[in-house]
Amino acid sequence: MSYHNPLTPPRKSATFDDYTLAEIRRAAATGIYDIRGAGTKRKVPHFDDLLFLGASISRYPLEGYREKCDTSVVLGSRFARKPITLKTPITIAGMSFGALSGNAKEALGRGATIAGTSTTTGDGGMTDEERGHSQTLVYQYLPSRYGMNPKDLRRADAIEVVVGQGAKPGGGGMLLGQKISDRVANMRNLPKGIDQRSACRHPDWTGPDDLEIKILELREITDWEKPIYVKVGGARPYYDTALAVKAGADVVVLDGMQGGTAATQDVFIENVGMPTLACIRPAVQALQDLGMHRKVQLIISGGIRSGADVAKALALGADAVAIGTAALVAIGDNDPHWEEEYQKLGTTAGAYDDWHEGKDPAGITTQDPELMKRLDPVLAGRRLANYLKVMTLEAQTIARACGKNHLHNLEPEDLVALTIEASAMAQVPLAGTSWIPGKGGF
Amino acid sequence: MPVFDLSTTPLRELNSALHTLSKGANDTAFEIVNPRGSHAVAVGIDSPVSVEVRGSVGYYCAGMNDGGTVTVKGSAGPGVAENMMSGTVVIEGDASQYAGATGRGGLLVIKGNAASRCGISMKGIDIVVHGNIGHMSAFMGQSGHLVVLGDAGDALGDSLYEAKLFVRGTVKSLGADCIEKELRPEHLEKLAELLEKAGVTGVKPEEFKRYGSARKLYNFNIDNADAY
Repeated sequence: MSYHNPLTPPRKSATFDDYTLAEIRRAAATGIYDIRGAGTKRKVPHFDDLLFLGASISRYPLEGYREKCDTSVVLGSRFARKPITLKTPITIAGMSFGALSGNAKEALGRGATIAGTSTTTGDGGMTDEERGHSQTLVYQYLPSRYGMNPKDLRRADAIEVVVGQGAKPGGGGMLLGQKISDRVANMRNLPKGIDQRSACRHPDWTGPDDLEIKILELREITDWEKPIYVKVGGARPYYDTALAVKAGADVVVLDGMQGGTAATQDVFIENVGMPTLACIRPAVQALQDLGMHRKVQLIISGGIRSGADVAKALALGADAVAIGTAALVAIGDNDPHWEEEYQKLGTTAGAYDDWHEGKDPAGITTQDPELMKRLDPVLAGRRLANYLKVMTLEAQTIARACGKNHLHNLEPEDLVALTIEASAMAQVPLAGTSWIPGKGGF
Repeated sequence: MPVFDLSTTPLRELNSALHTLSKGANDTAFEIVNPRGSHAVAVGIDSPVSVEVRGSVGYYCAGMNDGGTVTVKGSAGPGVAENMMSGTVVIEGDASQYAGATGRGGLLVIKGNAASRCGISMKGIDIVVHGNIGHMSAFMGQSGHLVVLGDAGDALGDSLYEAKLFVRGTVKSLGADCIEKELRPEHLEKLAELLEKAGVTGVKPEEFKRYGSARKLYNFNIDNADAY
């Protein structure tokens, strides 16, 4: 009998896996880092790692089809003369005209308005279509100040001072030249076709003491009518929240690393910032320590996809949430309907993230007139409204099961964690135990 | 003429009065006394009023001015006339950081010196500084004119877009993508116009050098990475 040496199968490195090898080759071939849209794609502890307990002998539930479960939220009650009231705590996050087509912005406004919530401008200013189709519009005050003017400040319903965003805390942005149409160029006071940098920090203030004076100026310009939000990326949520409150914010918007961007370096998106789940409790703790919980509202964003995510964020202490990526998906982003065209771009539905290149088959992240026509803003608005209503209903379903007649009555005690990591971050017990890592001395 | 004494009158009353003028109102000239470094003085003006401030102001004086004429008989803190849309702001003393930041229109005149980042991210404003300006001025300046009768600090015009810079004295250093450019007749004409508007006498446009963008960083190229 002859003996053959057994062969072991080829073994690839866990460190140098296929994706890593491909990225090294791509960098070597192109000489540029990878720029893309959306948020982190790595797996991080998230709301999926939490479960609600529901009612039991010691908690009784509310009847799903009969007993009321309120979903309304008031934002800006601290200082603003005209706080805003939303029917649902799910808001639409800031996304710019420029990054998005005019039709996409209109669809977001239409959908938000039908659902009774707010939408938000982005880096590039406010368009008339957006204002016209958005019953409640939050106007972002960004470092670039593209399109910033006092008339739009006054016709906004709230002002959001953007310090950072979850996809890139500490980073600016870049709108590449191919998306700079005549209209976008005009709104941003720059020549057509050149790359437009969005600064990483504000040009006329640095630090919390300056921010307090900047907020004073904005309030004086708008006669103290508008709620003023401060948006931060998920970096140092306890201190950022405390400093925003100290600076006079009515609302703090906190965006975790799953939050999307129109265009940023992949290395930034994947390696800077904290998961949304890790941000909420420190921010709520800061508000509680200052006696400002529920007085200064907290909006959480970054990876919110369902009513369950909404309910979990609120149970951990948020007042509302914001969605960006999910809203784009609802209006048609990455839809398998366009699979053939995604393939031509070297990608597939569900993975398309070259939003900065302006070739979006769905007509959303583009300024190409022909591609833009593919998005019907009325139909897309209806789809967004449907999605928002489903999410709201889902959150209500969970809240009623926990015996709550308002989404804001959900609390950490309603939750358990499936993993030690999620337990530590959300500061709720590991399921089946009373253990929260880091609490009680171990 | 309405007079607001900021040692006894809340800032809110002043700015509210400036915002509620009806068309054709008679009292369009305001005087502010005892500003004592107050912030956000005369911000959000949206009509052709004139405001004279007797003393020095803090941050963001005349912020987002749209059509007013504001004269400060003293010095101004950071961000004076930030994001100005139109109108005129005159600072008789010195101005702190970020003077005229992101301004879209109008004329800002600083009769003393301006600190760092003067005209940062300017988007159409004209700024005339009788004295010197500090470092990183006109950073990412998009459009408009910055005229400096004295000297400029480090990194003038860093990452400049289409703003036009004119300096009569020395420039300590130029920022990335900012170069000296030819002073053509249309620039001399514009300079003469701005000098006259700013009340500058005895200075000729030919005494200035012009700086602008080399436009090499307008579209990303990895081989330019060393420039940043």
